[in-house]
Amino acid sequence: MLEIKNLRARVGNKEILKGIDLVVKTGEVHAVMGPNGSGKSTLAGVLAGRAEYEVIEGSVTYDGHDLLALEPEERAREGIFLAFQYPVEIPGVNNAYFLKAALNAVRKHRGEPELDAMEFMALIRGKMKLLDMDQALMSRPINEGFSGGEKKRNEIFQMAVLEPTLAILDETDSGLDIDALKVVANGVNALRSPERSAIVVTHYQRLLNYIVPDYVHVLSEGRIVRSGGKELALELEDKGYGWIETALERA
Amino acid sequence: MATLTTSGGSVGSYLTAFDRLEGGRAHEPAWLRAIRRSAAGAFERLGIPTTRDEEWRFTNVAPIADNPFVSAPPVAVSEEAAARFVVPGIGGPVVAFVNGRYSRELSTLDTPLPGVTTTTLADALERDPARLEPHLGRHLNFTDRPFAALNTALFEDGALVVVADNTVVEQAIQLLFLSTVTPAPSVSHPRVLVLVGRNSQARVIETFAGIGPSRGFTNAVTEIVVGAGAVVDHYRLQRESESAFHIGHTQFQLGRSSTSSSHNVAFGGLIARHDAVAVLGDEGANCTLNGLYLADGVRLIDNHTEIDHAMPHGTSHEIYKGILDGRARGVFNGRIRVRPDAQKTDAKQTNKTLLLSDDAQVNTKPQLEIFANDVKCTHGATVGQLSEEALFYLRARGIGLDDARSLLVRAFATDVTGKIALEPVRTELDHLLAAKLPGTLAEMAFV
Ligand SMILES: Nc1ncnc2c1ncn2[C@@H]1O[C@H](COP(=O)(O)OP(=O)(O)OP(=O)(O)O)[C@@H](O)[C@H]1O
Ligand SMILES: [Mg+2]
Repeated sequence: MLEIKNLRARVGNKEILKGIDLVVKTGEVHAVMGPNGSGKSTLAGVLAGRAEYEVIEGSVTYDGHDLLALEPEERAREGIFLAFQYPVEIPGVNNAYFLKAALNAVRKHRGEPELDAMEFMALIRGKMKLLDMDQALMSRPINEGFSGGEKKRNEIFQMAVLEPTLAILDETDSGLDIDALKVVANGVNALRSPERSAIVVTHYQRLLNYIVPDYVHVLSEGRIVRSGGKELALELEDKGYGWIETALERA
Repeated sequence: MATLTTSGGSVGSYLTAFDRLEGGRAHEPAWLRAIRRSAAGAFERLGIPTTRDEEWRFTNVAPIADNPFVSAPPVAVSEEAAARFVVPGIGGPVVAFVNGRYSRELSTLDTPLPGVTTTTLADALERDPARLEPHLGRHLNFTDRPFAALNTALFEDGALVVVADNTVVEQAIQLLFLSTVTPAPSVSHPRVLVLVGRNSQARVIETFAGIGPSRGFTNAVTEIVVGAGAVVDHYRLQRESESAFHIGHTQFQLGRSSTSSSHNVAFGGLIARHDAVAVLGDEGANCTLNGLYLADGVRLIDNHTEIDHAMPHGTSHEIYKGILDGRARGVFNGRIRVRPDAQKTDAKQTNKTLLLSDDAQVNTKPQLEIFANDVKCTHGATVGQLSEEALFYLRARGIGLDDARSLLVRAFATDVTGKIALEPVRTELDHLLAAKLPGTLAEMAFV
């Protein structure tokens, strides 16, 4: 599904990703962990098409196509979804309006008929229940004045509506209380299927108790320094990132 | 006034026109002829302004001064062509004019609203001039406003709306001023007077629109007198052709504890200037002056506003928003005057401009003249671009770049569009705005 080869990216003159190799197969969930500033959001942003990152080397292939050649909206329509670490507040754009426009853009690309207002409302009603979303949030401007937890929930709600094939969750768990965490994890798990994959960026093992990954990778200073199964996350929780860095220095 | 005709250029030709019309105005009441003569005198003294005039510093009207606009010959406009400019879903009367001339065919005045008189100004002047005498030309001060003076000297027709005391008018009244292509670019000076009685409520929609690529000049003046305790909503939709010249002045005279709201939209015109002036002439008056304008190409849109707090306990709210693309220019000047008597005034002014291109430009200036000490007066102006973060967020959900941009522009406008209480106007305005923007989401109702 996704194949990242020797990916190097910079912002201005600062190189942030220094050669990432990662293969995500269909149906797999990969967790990406690592200290602050190690490049996790940068990696997520490069995959979603954020303009400020300049790819200087390497390639990303998605479903056999060159992902980096696509505009952000084309990537979204091809099934890539980024749940933002910091969801953007957009005053004046109604949440429901926005999501309907997004869904119809995606459906159109898939050759599916666009939904009218009634069909759309019917669809999101179910998804709102799944994410335990307050109906009132739908008629408010996108994320404006939402609490931290509401913003994160809104990201996963959007994901549930858009049904991506590759979901990239950037610290969706941070700022959530334990009940919200379960709800969000439920939302993610509801989408899990042999056709869909996910990259879950997190600092905490606790999310991975609910969204159990197939693989765990540790990013440090722009490189994947360690990969393993789900037990690697437990080990990290126990010993911290220092343990890996020391191990690396010794090696 | 034979001496006036010796003045040069288009000022001279307007004054010649005045002299010529003057001869045929024997039927007009003496008071009006006196006002017209004084207006012609003011115009002769002021001339057409140049950028050396502080009030016209950023708006060069030389193309208007240099252009020998003529009076338009009669032009027929089909109902279908006119219908595009009537706000749908209103249902009230429509008074339509083509190049300044009343059009019976395009007007619907057959079912009069109870307590309301809607008629042409020419008709009213003939039948009941006494009703107009205390108001027509009395509220706006044209001594330092050349174009308002010119309109007063030369207007031939327009509309009169009179709402009796204690009357709630359910349906909004639409006034439609169409400009068409004429063999030679033509000028019209439409004049409107709206009189709303005590404790009454009324809504008036004025649309100025171009049919085809008119290069004409519309010089409009509207006076609105709001009686004590009355509530008036005024919508002004300026949709002239992008090659036309438009100068407008709307004057609000507010009585005791009255409320007026002005929603002034300017999308058209090569050079378009509007002055909105509200005089809070008695205690406890409330006024809203909102505006939304959009210009692209090399067009220029200038909005001057003036709120005159003359008496205590008045409130005023003002939001003007501009959207500028290409090499367009915007001008906003917001004067708020609080006179010594106007204690406990609460005035708030906001001006925001969105620049969609590097070459678009705005000149914005608040002008606070506060002579009372116990008042609250705030103002703020910002100039910005579309947020890259917001654009990326929308695109990351599958919304194309053009659609994302126009969504954000429409969102920017909601401070003005969203405050329009009359639903059909709100929807129409959002549609008109969306139609000016790229993208495919124009059909989706936004506000
Ligand atoms: N737009 C930018 N301009 C300048 N520096 C940037 C930009 N984006 C990221 N960086 C820098 O790149 C580095 C990696 O940032 P990134 O956000 O990818 O880290 P992260 O692993 O997601 O960290 P965290 O766990 O704190 O979210 C940091 O040093 C950051 O300051
Ligand atoms: Mg991050």
